[in-house]
Amino acid sequence: MAETTAPYGRKTQKEPAVKEVHVLWSPDGLGCDGDTIAVTAATQPSIEDIIMGAIPGLPKVHLHNRVLDYSQGGDEYMKVWHAAAEGRLDAPFVLVIEGSIPNEDIKAEGYWAAMGNDPRTGEPITLNTWIDRLAPKAFAVVAAGTCAAYGGIHAMAGNPTGCMGLADYLGWDFRTQTGLPIVNVPGCPVQPDNMTETLLYLLYEAAGLAPMIPLDEQLRPTWLFGKTVHEGCDRAGYYEQADFAREYGSPKCLVKVGCWGPVVNCNVTKRGWMGGIGGCPNVGGICIACTMPGFPDKFMPFMDEPPGASISSLAIGAYGRVIRGLRAMTNDTVNKEPKWRHRGRDLTTGYHPSTYGNGSAATPARR
Amino acid sequence: MATVTQPRTGTGTDNRQLVEMSWDPITRIVGSLGIYTKIDFANKQVAECHSTSSIFRGYSVFMKGKDPRDAHFITSRICGICGDNHATCAVYAQNMAFGIKTPPMGEWIVNLGEAAEYMFDHNIFQDNLVGVDYCERMVKETNPKVWDKAQKTAAPNANIHKYRTIADIMTALNPFTGEFYREALVMSRLTREMFCLMEGRHVHPSTLYPGGVGTVPTQQLFTDYLVRLMKYIEFMKKVVPLHDDLFDFFYEALPGYEEVGRRRVLLGCWGAFNDPDVVDYQYRHMNEWGKAMYVTPGVIVDGKVVTHDLVDINLNIRILLGSSYYEDWEDKGKFVKVDPLGNPVDIRHPWNQTTTPKPQKRDFNGNYTWVMSPRWYDKRTGDYLALDTGGGPIARFWSTALAGLVDIGYIKATGTSVKIYLPKTASLPDVEFEWKIPKWSNAIERNRARTYFQAYAAAAALYFVERAMKEVHAGNTRTWADFKVPDDTYGCGFHEAVRGVLSHHVVIRDGKIANYHPYPPTPWNANPRDVYGTPGPYEDAVQNTPIFEENGPDDFKGVDIMRTVRSFDPCLPCGVHMYTGNGKLVEVRHTPMFGAHK
Repeated sequence: MAETTAPYGRKTQKEPAVKEVHVLWSPDGLGCDGDTIAVTAATQPSIEDIIMGAIPGLPKVHLHNRVLDYSQGGDEYMKVWHAAAEGRLDAPFVLVIEGSIPNEDIKAEGYWAAMGNDPRTGEPITLNTWIDRLAPKAFAVVAAGTCAAYGGIHAMAGNPTGCMGLADYLGWDFRTQTGLPIVNVPGCPVQPDNMTETLLYLLYEAAGLAPMIPLDEQLRPTWLFGKTVHEGCDRAGYYEQADFAREYGSPKCLVKVGCWGPVVNCNVTKRGWMGGIGGCPNVGGICIACTMPGFPDKFMPFMDEPPGASISSLAIGAYGRVIRGLRAMTNDTVNKEPKWRHRGRDLTTGYHPSTYGNGSAATPARR
Repeated sequence: MATVTQPRTGTGTDNRQLVEMSWDPITRIVGSLGIYTKIDFANKQVAECHSTSSIFRGYSVFMKGKDPRDAHFITSRICGICGDNHATCAVYAQNMAFGIKTPPMGEWIVNLGEAAEYMFDHNIFQDNLVGVDYCERMVKETNPKVWDKAQKTAAPNANIHKYRTIADIMTALNPFTGEFYREALVMSRLTREMFCLMEGRHVHPSTLYPGGVGTVPTQQLFTDYLVRLMKYIEFMKKVVPLHDDLFDFFYEALPGYEEVGRRRVLLGCWGAFNDPDVVDYQYRHMNEWGKAMYVTPGVIVDGKVVTHDLVDINLNIRILLGSSYYEDWEDKGKFVKVDPLGNPVDIRHPWNQTTTPKPQKRDFNGNYTWVMSPRWYDKRTGDYLALDTGGGPIARFWSTALAGLVDIGYIKATGTSVKIYLPKTASLPDVEFEWKIPKWSNAIERNRARTYFQAYAAAAALYFVERAMKEVHAGNTRTWADFKVPDDTYGCGFHEAVRGVLSHHVVIRDGKIANYHPYPPTPWNANPRDVYGTPGPYEDAVQNTPIFEENGPDDFKGVDIMRTVRSFDPCLPCGVHMYTGNGKLVEVRHTPMFGAHK
């Protein structure tokens, strides 16, 4: 424990193992920039907390993201990307990819997704080329949002681009130079704080202040995606009592009108969407499973009852109705005050006074 | 750097030294846009501009055969900043196709959610993305003389917003370190909380459905919204005068700045905020309920109204090719031959469009973008008008002002202006703002309208909260109406995405989506030269824009061009690329390069 007993007045903030880290964040996959925008909604931590060094122990962070960059774009913006690809960057970098990765091999020419131009040919450089160049050099590779993690909406059946998740592209066993697997932060878009918190963890890791990030088999941070929507849902009590919404706008459990919450890994019902507000089934929106590798195809049509839900809700039916009835009776009882709270000369609480003078002949308390 | 070959169209002037400049990708917008220009530095003018987009995702392709009830969940994912506008518009189209009339409470909740979206999105875009082009750091780098003047110029509204000089405003806009930049970012979260109260999640809502919403309407819900709204209103009482000071200063400091980003007044607005007392989503009544919207739809040409009728607006939309990576569909059959009123529907209307992507090399003489060219057919003249949205607010105001229909206590359209009344807040008295029809459709006025529209959205939200509360008090808490999906049907939805016109067009066969085409604002603004050679609005607005930047070709940042492009609030997941190379000289001799090729 010697390490923890720093002398008073010492700079308790440890020097990070690296002084500076670049975050190269490309929202240039087949996406909508929604994960970048989501991050501007985060408060735990906020993007300015990270960039302005409001959190102790962090290296200085340089964020390079098209949507938030100071530059006017073009060469000025692309400079750092070329430097990183050529190994000329002065500090380690985290590569963040947003949007799904198209299959550029299925056509003769042209591009599905590109970022900047090749200085020699003047033709656009595909996102895939950037990933090939940058992933092997990155300290960590992060897939922001379900598109980048698993393919998402743009990879649904019938899509013309053959797009996929980052791990499908780089390989699920991909490791960075530092031995880190790809880190997936799914969500369509990402829950804002889930994303900044994961980035914060990786920055701590880069600073030597945190062990290897704990990930599950789908490469998600375990502390964020270890529980289901249902386990965190404030409407799960209705389910337990077999009290199901039959139409939208009802405050009851939504599984019979399309909610996939019982089988979906996501913390939105616990955390809310932002500042604890909003979410999905907790506020009347069916869970369409937007964090899941099987999204969207395995959950469509979204507004139908999930096949499994009809069986489980049937099974809980008998139990739930009995319990609901019993609880209603108990609820009725506990909604009444005990009988000794009244005016008058009689004290009926069960206390037998001998010092009150001419007062009451106390009667035994009753319930 | 990139070799832009000779252009097909231009201004016809010879004897100019043109330098290729490109910006690809453009920063501080949503999506992948490239702008490729040729600049005449001697005459301080942009000679030519092409805009291009670098992604294709294929919504219209992969939505075929899907359950039509899923359309709003899917199309929300088109855009990561105004996805809810898409979800809402899709719901409007579903409501029409499925024959639904939403309970009033459902409409008020959608209106409140969408109002919060405008408040959030215009705020973050204006003050965290556009604002950087007007911040101290940028102005010092591009126009040191303007910076000098800004330091000496007192801000006329300093007593309200507390920034003493124009330079103080510019400093406050510096990214991350600027006080106002950070205040705006924080405010953008408050408004997103308001949004989440109504629609569950930002930016892809969880509680919208065809037929209404899943949000549970309670006293608490609307109170939570209202207390945040009042904080935002207090903020806007300072922000409107602040931006007026900043924008007026540019006209004063740089005479002629009104020409930056100026183009002919060709504005489209598709209307926003349905009135539950009127809207029934039936096509045959669309003209009536369109005009009852709390933002009036309209097509404005040269400052005059062409129409406020949504049926007219719908029928005359034409999707042209010319410079895009797609196959034509002229020889394919029509999905919808006549509309429910018996009007013929053109093969180039989105209902009849078939999207077949054809990836290929980018060629500025041929095809150079994934964006198609939407046009609006003006039957009076036979022109295919390249309408723009001006980033949304300027078109909304212009149409609403001229129509003179909106009159809800907090907002009044006068025929020449729009008045906005904001009641007393914690520390500021009530105020009235008036947006007046400007002299120009240019970069500054697009930006100014954006600020005023934030106040408009807040004022409209006050009215919606009052109406929603009234429903709660009366016990009318139904938010959703049940429906059946017909086997064969079609529908359309009209809405205003944050950055302008938005329409969704769906055709359903055998209970499945047979054709789905969304038309967001950015294809309208960011499109390339069409088959008739008419450039898209960005191209048009950038071309002939004067250059006020003090830097020459070697350290040129292109700030005037960027201010032009950003004034349209580009959002390219829906559709563009600008192009400043590394200052390569294209032509040094007297070559009649423009206009020589067709």
